[in-house]
Amino acid sequence: MFNLFKRKEQPKTQEQIQEQEQKVEESLQRTKRSWFRQIASVFEVDEITEDIWEDLETLLIQADLGVETTVDVLDRLKKRVALDRLKKPSAVYEALQDELIWVLEHPEHATNPRSADGAGPISENGKEPHPYVLLVVGVNGVGKTTTIAKLARYYRDQGKSVVIGAGDTFRAAAIEQLVIWGERVGAPVIRHQIGGDPGAVVFDAVEAAINRDADILIIDTAGRLHTKTNLMEELRKIKRIISKQLPGAPHETLLVLDATTGQNGLQQAKAFTEVADVTSLAVAKLDGTAKGGVVFAIAREMGLPIRYVGTGEKITDLAEFDARQFVKALFS
Amino acid sequence: MFESLSDRLNSTFTRLRGKGRLDEADIDEAMKEVRRALLEADVNFKVVKSFVEHVRERAIGQEVLKSLTPAQMVVGIVHDQLIELLGEATKIEMAKTAPTVVMLVGLQGSGKTTTAAKLALQMRRAGQNPLLVAADMYRPAAVQQLQALGKQLNVPVYTEPQGANPVDIATNGVRHGQTNNHNIVILDTAGRLHIDEAMMHEVATIKSRLNPTETLLVVDAMTGQDAVRAASEFNEKVGITGLIMTKVDGDTRGGAALSVREVTGVPIKFIGTGEKTDALEPFYPDRLAGRILGMGDVLTLVERAQAEYDEESARAMEKKLRTATFDLEDFLSQLQQVKKLGPLEQVLGMIPGLGQAMRQQQVQVKEGDLSHIEAIIRSMTAKERHNPELIDSSRRRRIARGSGSTVQDVNALLNQFKQMQKMMKQLTGGGGMKMKGKGKRRGMGNMGQWMQ
Repeated sequence: MFNLFKRKEQPKTQEQIQEQEQKVEESLQRTKRSWFRQIASVFEVDEITEDIWEDLETLLIQADLGVETTVDVLDRLKKRVALDRLKKPSAVYEALQDELIWVLEHPEHATNPRSADGAGPISENGKEPHPYVLLVVGVNGVGKTTTIAKLARYYRDQGKSVVIGAGDTFRAAAIEQLVIWGERVGAPVIRHQIGGDPGAVVFDAVEAAINRDADILIIDTAGRLHTKTNLMEELRKIKRIISKQLPGAPHETLLVLDATTGQNGLQQAKAFTEVADVTSLAVAKLDGTAKGGVVFAIAREMGLPIRYVGTGEKITDLAEFDARQFVKALFS
Repeated sequence: MFESLSDRLNSTFTRLRGKGRLDEADIDEAMKEVRRALLEADVNFKVVKSFVEHVRERAIGQEVLKSLTPAQMVVGIVHDQLIELLGEATKIEMAKTAPTVVMLVGLQGSGKTTTAAKLALQMRRAGQNPLLVAADMYRPAAVQQLQALGKQLNVPVYTEPQGANPVDIATNGVRHGQTNNHNIVILDTAGRLHIDEAMMHEVATIKSRLNPTETLLVVDAMTGQDAVRAASEFNEKVGITGLIMTKVDGDTRGGAALSVREVTGVPIKFIGTGEKTDALEPFYPDRLAGRILGMGDVLTLVERAQAEYDEESARAMEKKLRTATFDLEDFLSQLQQVKKLGPLEQVLGMIPGLGQAMRQQQVQVKEGDLSHIEAIIRSMTAKERHNPELIDSSRRRRIARGSGSTVQDVNALLNQFKQMQKMMKQLTGGGGMKMKGKGKRRGMGNMGQWMQ
């Protein structure tokens, strides 16, 4: 498993060592300047050398794929290179992209069969659930509220009626924030007072969505670290309230991840899935320089599909997830 | 997924038992594990690289002390090196002429507003007279959030109506602080991406206009590899004097702390450890080092225990333990003490080795289990609590009924208690393991102890 990390066999002379150090230094400089140039330089050479593997490993780890996923992807890539007798670095590049897309689309140990075959409204007897209830969860500061605003706008643009439930009764001014967004996109926000019982808000929100015959109900929840047992139990309860009131709901439980999050993202996905049965992911803040590579680890281990990506601060900066594009962005 | 580095090194080094000196090949093997552990903790790739080089240099040719295994040696070196790089804890610099201006900057969602409130509370408790300034005009309701927090803490908040220019708000806010005798002004700025030229220019302007005493970068402890890029951009374009790591109360390894500290060279001043406004703690490099390595965080645990336990009852307990008169009544009061220390899982996770052992065996301890045990003990008579041997099968049935559990549960508890008593006798009889107080326990001596 660790063969990637093994040093090369031959002992090196002092000069060679120096030369290599210089190369490392140079490549680090390159990384700083531009990823594109870095990846290009990896594949610019004429033949596949050991260096390519090391460079690729660096690249994937820097994109937050994590050691395990990186080693796994590169192992498969190596096998493929040998099997298909790929000779050109450009062919290796293509193959790597395929492998990465494969990870996102064919989860290895999918734990959540409901979502493994791709997300989307789960329709029973071919009918779209009405209202379609979307529960949004995540740790603090990942961008849940903004993502909800964008989603509301996204659905409004499709001509759907949207109701928002202000389930974050903990953070100061979270309700106000949502109300402002609601006004901007034209979606009523069902809310209680700060410090109120989120379960009660959610109950009212479901009722309101049914009464108003809304197409979509989006429910905000307070950010919570996945290690806080009590808060996680509260979330379990919120979900139970929704299902009790409207059987089959929530039709989607969306975990919002911050693209800058590292390996802890996997911990988050596991914990939230355990209490709230997460069905899909949204990756926020992809407009920065972080690549959000931990979703590869999440897809690989848990089979959770990514549905949306947040690409900016504007309310329209939300896109449906496209695995090919996402993988391409890793190298840009 | 997260094993501690010591476990990994232990398995790498099993063949080395009894070897007197670490040779280069051994070190190479070990360094691979060190590298992997640090990467899994989200320490930046480049930082890992130079870190491993340093550790290698320190490790080669080291004699393995008799009392330690090679794995313990290497972990000790890594641990020391981590502490060295993480640097010393430093306080907020105070300006020579009031007010001291503290400006908080960072990416969106890193926790600036909450941290601003926490800082204000801490300052007020230290007898200062802080003013909060809300200069985030972008996120809807960010101003209201700070106002609400200020009201809660009884700290005034300077605001301007929607549409005001953040640079003006900041300038006016500081002036307002000056004229109203606030000796500390804490400035909350909007979250911004380090690659957003216009926004970075804005914050740089505020900084050059106000010349704040401290410009602190607020960093989410869960950040991955990209932490270095954001931090170095903020440092280059704005210039920062310190770091605050937030959301450290989760289960993140927090390698980002090492990365940002390394690329910016500025000290880590505080860590945010919870949602409540008093959850801002001073930074201790040794604790974070232990955490990055997955070795638990004994010192925080000891400190919390010290805060919660009064010394007298601790002494009484110690005596009971020593004389082996520890009964179920004492056990019950112990349980209640443990509950005070925080969420059980978090508490157990701080005990070196235990967190890892629990993960390995997939043991899950829930708060509910504790309450269950409590219920069982509470269903016993005082006599039974002091004298568990009394509890025969008919009493067991009664206790089970009374506590809403089964006879099996009662049996399990009694068995566990018996074992615990036995263990305690051994521990207290043989001198045992003592927890030393807080302070500067570092270096190899106690590393061995940590890794038992």
